Amino acid sequence: MTTVHRSTDPAPTGAAGPASAAQPAGAGPGSPAGPTERAGRAEPAVEVRDVRVSLGGVPILHGVDLSVAAGEWVTIIGPNGAGKSTLLRAIGGLVPFTGQIRLHGVPLARLSRRVRARLVATVPQNPEVPPGMRVLDYALLGRTPYIRTLGRESATDIAVVERVLDRLDLLPFANRPLETLSGGERQRAFLARALAQGARPGQTDGAGQILLLDEPTSALDIGHQQEVLDLVDELRGAERLTVISTMHDLSVAGEYADRLVLLSRGRGVASGTPDEVLTEETLSAHYGARVRVTRGEYGPLVIPVRTRPRSRPTAVP
Amino acid sequence: MRHTDNRLRPSRLSAGALAAGAGAVVVAAILGLALGPVSLNPLGVAIEVVNLLPGVDIPSGLSTQEAAIVTQLRLPRVVLGLIVGAMLALAGACYQGVFRNPLTDPYLLGVAAGAGLGATVAVALGLSGSGTGPGGLVPAFAFAGALLGVFLAYGLGSVGARVRTPTTLLLAGVAVAAFLTALQTYVLQRNVETIREVYTFILGSLVTTGWAEVRLALPYALLAAIVVLAHRRELDVFSVGDEEASSLGLHPERSRVILLVAASLGTAAAVSVAGLIAFVGIIVPHVIRLIAGTSYRIILPLSLLFGGAFLVVSDLLARTVLAPSELPIGVVTAFLGAPFFVLVLRTAERVGL
Repeated sequence: MTTVHRSTDPAPTGAAGPASAAQPAGAGPGSPAGPTERAGRAEPAVEVRDVRVSLGGVPILHGVDLSVAAGEWVTIIGPNGAGKSTLLRAIGGLVPFTGQIRLHGVPLARLSRRVRARLVATVPQNPEVPPGMRVLDYALLGRTPYIRTLGRESATDIAVVERVLDRLDLLPFANRPLETLSGGERQRAFLARALAQGARPGQTDGAGQILLLDEPTSALDIGHQQEVLDLVDELRGAERLTVISTMHDLSVAGEYADRLVLLSRGRGVASGTPDEVLTEETLSAHYGARVRVTRGEYGPLVIPVRTRPRSRPTAVP
Repeated sequence: MRHTDNRLRPSRLSAGALAAGAGAVVVAAILGLALGPVSLNPLGVAIEVVNLLPGVDIPSGLSTQEAAIVTQLRLPRVVLGLIVGAMLALAGACYQGVFRNPLTDPYLLGVAAGAGLGATVAVALGLSGSGTGPGGLVPAFAFAGALLGVFLAYGLGSVGARVRTPTTLLLAGVAVAAFLTALQTYVLQRNVETIREVYTFILGSLVTTGWAEVRLALPYALLAAIVVLAHRRELDVFSVGDEEASSLGLHPERSRVILLVAASLGTAAAVSVAGLIAFVGIIVPHVIRLIAGTSYRIILPLSLLFGGAFLVVSDLLARTVLAPSELPIGVVTAFLGAPFFVLVLRTAERVGL
């Protein structure tokens, strides 16, 4: 099985590339074919091959394959308990796994914690909000992989964080405790810490940062959902990020991602463009849901449809 | 909406706060040296202390006898108070950061129960020497017991559990403490005549016999202080939890072992020479957290300084209020500390727990 991988960078305009022709992430062995159609950087930013994870003796992932090109945005969808978050944690190096995970071609196990942390940043679904910690100090935590074991932040670290906060319109909040921010502002602060983790000033080449976003919008109203996702997409272009996210809202997932991967019970069961994955049959098969899929401007829109009739209250005797 | 001219400053210990801490230590020390059954001129007392430096000899206005009271009787006790108070407060702050739990204190991981057992055994075996306070081999036994408690708790908490979390460690500490306390109660019941002496140890006391206690505690206290203070930024990273700290490039399990061993060693040393002085390890860090800020870069050094000062003042009250008899210092720390803590809780704007 061959993997034809689209490796040209998506247009950095902020519009989610609708015509992304990426193929399923069936991940054949990358080297033997070596087709010349691979232009630009050949090495995928993230390569996951036959990854299995057990947590507390319970198998969660049963051999997942995934390949994400540099600059691509891939969203992992799937029903509750499918293993979406676990897959992100495995890529972030936060759970033990068997199989192979490579970041920019380097096996995860060969990266030291600090180097790994510079390369890949995770925004968990419910990040801890340390009591009393100011937004500035919180974002500065992202500089941990650059600070010597017992050292403290340099002027460069502070400058990097200032730039990131400015980029995310957080400078006015810099001295506010994180817990006093609204949900949308807080999500931006989480992103700020993650971006601070990857910023290497003065270094223009090299591997772009990989951002893992676990349900980045689940705590937000729809307006702030769109605001945060537009921001992520904008940053992806400007900061050369590779984004892997998990999401429950399928329409939104399809509107922003180049590619979707559908996990079900620990296995990848469908992968491709939003148009390929978000079909009524596929969703009914794996979510047990009845949905109607219509065309939207940036991808299919998935509308849940009620199947059972409304129950009527029985008459009072 | 461009940045205003106030520059971005990360939370760090301000020079003012550091000076306040150092000032508190100096004031507490001079009060502790000057006041007592014989009250002396504080200025003269300060000069006598400076005179201890080699090559310095300034006339202090104190008689030879008074100078001896300062440098030979009171100074060891004040220095011991500074060390013990600093250690307990620093270790308490460290434990709270490592476990991300505001209720933890340095006695939790079996240190207190182990020290209590060790002291009880020493007293029961008749190794406490003579005199009013616990002496003889009690400190050595208490120290060994405290270390035994920590290692049991750590061993059970990390080996027994499949997933090593701070919570399993805490629970193991609770179990070990219960077990060691049961042993201690048994030994006490078999040797009822020791109860009074053991009770004195448990309530804590800074009674000194020259510099012996200081010499015993100081090396461990220094080591613990250096290790813990060096990790002050890591403790801030700990505040986002193990998994996020790990994704930021930290090794939480390893850092936790280092920090807990260091803090427990310091606590064990403090307990072995001063008994189980309650409350310092929990109240001092919290007051600082509420007043000065929640970053461990602020909390740790200030806990060290104010913890020492607080204990010296408490000891001063313990030995003067009912003079010539002494109150147990643990009674004073709780009696002073609890109302002050409530006052700070009610007035502080910051909610940092």
